[in-house]
Amino acid sequence: MKNEIRRIGEEALRELKELDGTEALQELKVKVLGKKGSLTALLRKMGSLGPEERPIIGQVVNEMRSRLEQAWEERSAELDLMFLQKRLATERIDITLPGARVRRGHHHPVTQIVEEIEDIFLGMGFQIAEGPEIETDYYNFEALNLPKDHPAREMQDSFYITEEILLRTQTSPVQIRTMEKLCPALPVKIIAPGKVYRNDDDATHSPMFHQVEGLVVDSGIRLSDLKGILLNFSRQMFGESREIRLRPSFFPFTEPSAEVDISCMLCGGAGCRLCKGSGWIEVLGSGMVHPKVIEMGGYNPKEVTGFAFGMGVERIAMLKYGIEDMRLLFDNDLRFLQQF
Amino acid sequence: MKVSLEWLRELVDVDQSAEELAETLTRGGIEVEEVVNLNKGFEKVVIGEIVSITKHPDADRLLVCAVNVGQEIITIVTAAQNLQVGDRVPAALVGSTLPNGLAIRKSKLRGIVSYGMFCSHEELLLEVTVGLERSTEGILILPTEAPIGENVGTYLGREDSILDLELYPNRPDCLAMANVAREVASLTGKKPHLPKWSEQDPVLILPTPTDLQIIIEEAELCWRYAGLVVEEVHIVPSPEWMQRRLKAAGIRPINNIVDITNYCMMEMGQPLHAFDRDKISGNVHVRAAYPDEIIVSLDGVERKLQADTLIIADDLQPLAVAGVMGGLNSEVTKNTTRLLIESAHFSSVSVRRTSRRLGLRSEASNRYEKGINAYGCVATLGRVCELILELGAGRPVALVDEVKNLPPHRQVSLSVQQTATILGVELKTAEIRQVLENLNFSYLEKDGLFNVGIPTYRADITIEVDLIEEVARLIGFDRIPTTLPQGDLTQGRRTAEQEFRRQLRKALAQSGMDEVITYSFTRASADAQWGSEKHSIPLLNPLREELGVMRTSLVPGLLDVAARNVARRNTDVSIFEIGNTYWGEEQPLRKLPREELRVAGLAVGKTGRHWLNQPVNYDFYYLKGILEGLAVEFGLPLDYRIPKNQSLRHPGRSADVYLQNQCIGFLGEMHPSLEKEWGLERVVLFELEFTALFAQMRQTVRARSIPRFPAIQRDLAVVVADETPADAVMSKMRKLGGELLQQVEIFDVYKGNPIPDDRKSLAFSLRYQSLERTLTDEEVNQLNTRVLEGIQQEFSAEWRK
Repeated sequence: MKNEIRRIGEEALRELKELDGTEALQELKVKVLGKKGSLTALLRKMGSLGPEERPIIGQVVNEMRSRLEQAWEERSAELDLMFLQKRLATERIDITLPGARVRRGHHHPVTQIVEEIEDIFLGMGFQIAEGPEIETDYYNFEALNLPKDHPAREMQDSFYITEEILLRTQTSPVQIRTMEKLCPALPVKIIAPGKVYRNDDDATHSPMFHQVEGLVVDSGIRLSDLKGILLNFSRQMFGESREIRLRPSFFPFTEPSAEVDISCMLCGGAGCRLCKGSGWIEVLGSGMVHPKVIEMGGYNPKEVTGFAFGMGVERIAMLKYGIEDMRLLFDNDLRFLQQF
Repeated sequence: MKVSLEWLRELVDVDQSAEELAETLTRGGIEVEEVVNLNKGFEKVVIGEIVSITKHPDADRLLVCAVNVGQEIITIVTAAQNLQVGDRVPAALVGSTLPNGLAIRKSKLRGIVSYGMFCSHEELLLEVTVGLERSTEGILILPTEAPIGENVGTYLGREDSILDLELYPNRPDCLAMANVAREVASLTGKKPHLPKWSEQDPVLILPTPTDLQIIIEEAELCWRYAGLVVEEVHIVPSPEWMQRRLKAAGIRPINNIVDITNYCMMEMGQPLHAFDRDKISGNVHVRAAYPDEIIVSLDGVERKLQADTLIIADDLQPLAVAGVMGGLNSEVTKNTTRLLIESAHFSSVSVRRTSRRLGLRSEASNRYEKGINAYGCVATLGRVCELILELGAGRPVALVDEVKNLPPHRQVSLSVQQTATILGVELKTAEIRQVLENLNFSYLEKDGLFNVGIPTYRADITIEVDLIEEVARLIGFDRIPTTLPQGDLTQGRRTAEQEFRRQLRKALAQSGMDEVITYSFTRASADAQWGSEKHSIPLLNPLREELGVMRTSLVPGLLDVAARNVARRNTDVSIFEIGNTYWGEEQPLRKLPREELRVAGLAVGKTGRHWLNQPVNYDFYYLKGILEGLAVEFGLPLDYRIPKNQSLRHPGRSADVYLQNQCIGFLGEMHPSLEKEWGLERVVLFELEFTALFAQMRQTVRARSIPRFPAIQRDLAVVVADETPADAVMSKMRKLGGELLQQVEIFDVYKGNPIPDDRKSLAFSLRYQSLERTLTDEEVNQLNTRVLEGIQQEFSAEWRK
């Protein structure tokens, strides 16, 4: 019986080495070790053996069994490896071919700048306010300390619909509308992005363009606060090493008024083509809200002060992306838009 | 305002260069737009004397000249034929770049080296009046006394620099040299030395004329009218220095009298006008024009005046349009012997209206429009008297000064505390005192409170913050620190609507559409086609006719963009815009119109060829797919219905888009009949109301648990009539399948062999599932059969096994 066991075992081991498929391997395993397998059949016969022989034969069977199992595992691993290598050898693609196309659209550069500005000011606790693009003369001019026949009205060439209704020339009317809505709550802390319109069309002017207005009104607001907020904004928008400088200016709705220059993002202030050699680039207008405007908004200028600022989105987009002609932004040529 | 540095130096000490001064002024709030160096191009052009002229040995038309340029004698080869030995001429030395841009280099002409070039008028951009008469034939020949070796620019008095001031509307005072000098003095801490007539309230004493009265009939429009009578007038050209300064300021010299009036206007800011006294009959009236009254202005044009135009007239006829232009009938000519020189204050509004209406703008009207100092009228005439006597131009004999109204002298208080609070900078009383000293403002001070007397020329200062601005300007904005607002913490957050707009834009871009921004105004015809002619709002003064109305639809803008791109061979266009449309409810508008935000998309062409992907046609289903994507993302139950009476869209390829049973827009292919007009073929569009989408947008998600029991899938293909909408079949299936039929999807649509022409095959995949138990095959088979039979009955469908 011992011999019989050895014969079956050795034969199985021999066969095993020649098999080259996992299915065949499994079949052989069943044929020898399965319920109806040859080795199993031998084991069944063990009942006919004497008690002294049983443990010996049992041991032989078990030894053979574990040898076979081990061999199976080894062969099986060998085969797996072989198949893997075969698979890897045949599965090869040209990784330089372009991938499947997932078409992505592009956000208009103006939108991107507006959102960037919004996000910076949201982070500083500002709300976003909006107002109508078609405005009354009152909100667009009069309430902003620009009475009829004020010479400063000529700084802006307006599109009129009637004598009293026009396309807003600035986002500043949102200042008044917001104050009227919020008064007497404090603080007022908003930015107002939106479209504005002026009768002008050349490489640096478009009849429609975008502005972002800012307004903060509270007790004890100082010009230095304006400077702090705008420095913070400029660094987030144009880079951490930016500096700002204020220059006295004039806007009817602020007093004192200041133009805000930032150190040139191209040359860092040394002077270059972009900043026309000055090292500074004018990016926005600002100032302390004129007491009359605070009053028009419903607040008492003796109790609260405020600052306001306004910037042209297209100008910032042009600076940031190096766009030479503003009209490109509204020409909407796909070759232009798909760069952003 | 063009400021000559040479002139300015007479009025204030300037120890800065033109560029430095420009920076000082700009940083002080008087923006200098440009500094023009009049000597530019003359730097290396010197006066040379021609020592000898010989013919060029190898060229008939060239002459070789030896030229004494002061330090040395150089050779210049020239083709000019108007030169003689001993002539003094401008010689441009090697290295010059002339005013006309020509660069001079050492050059060899037929073997002889030329070390420079003689210049003509043209190269130096000079007027032909400069130099001897022979100059017209070629090289500019200077008078024989011109000093050899001197710079030609210096010789011609071109040393000057011009600062071009870009003045803000609050500083019209700086339209006067005297006030610019004051400003420079304030900003640099220097003292100005102005003519005594620029001081506050100087007195001019002359007899009152007996034969002339000023009658102001419109006191609202004319506050003051002063007239100076001058006799024994002698009209000649004004002296060179005066002409030079006027030219530097951009004013053409005419004769001594006109030049004096212009010079005084530039210096003092007060416009003046000289009438021929002998052409004035009777008194001078300042009155409104009679209807259709006519005046022939100085430029010889006959002008019909509107009834509210302010004019100067004598007893018989108009003499001048107040503040805008004189009349030809009272013009000063070379025969004039007696003058009336007007120095008046007219309403800025009235002058602006009139000058606009007549299309006449001048240095004088510009000053009136911006506002002048009514206190300066007589003082300026004092300065006129001084110059008339100095130039021997005549004899001032009488003065009439009619005053109707003078603005009050203003006192404005300024608190040190308030200044520090507004500016956010600690300031000492002494610093503010110094600022007021530098401004030369009078003041009284007590316990940190200043009471400041505002000079009459600074009409812009009316309240405390105006003075605070002066303080900030003079101490310099750089002194102000950077701080942050001290108040309560505020939360920065977009409103739900703002956030939705942003998400919608993102979703569309991620679907492969490019965002465009088009003008809010468009052609009336295009807007009428796609929007509502009844509601579109016309502009009174559009930039161009094709931008004449406010849009009531975004579609024309998108079609324009697409057509432009296709014409430029960007053939595959998939774009969208989120923007306002504007709806007027009445004509003309009495109240603000409704602004309705919309989202619109357009696609034409297809995705480009790709080795892996099949090109996707930009058709109805492409855009519908994008809208369905939005519907899923934002939980919007959009449904699509067959439109009624559609002339703009392809009747077979268009849908109205509904949300909660309300039509909120459309989706579809443009009607083929419009293709030629727009230059686009097979273009698909959608336009939806933003507010409706926002209103129905899913607010929050309620999560459902994942079913624990397995689903059973069945496919079902049926053949139905071609016109049967797939959606009708699917709805019916859902109804028949009940709640166990969890999902129905269509996975194939087939037309063609062996299906008859008027029918189509639709293949569906149905998913059955229970949330409570495992379904048996038998149960599902029964249910599936019921669905099939129902469909067969309802749509006369055949089961396609």
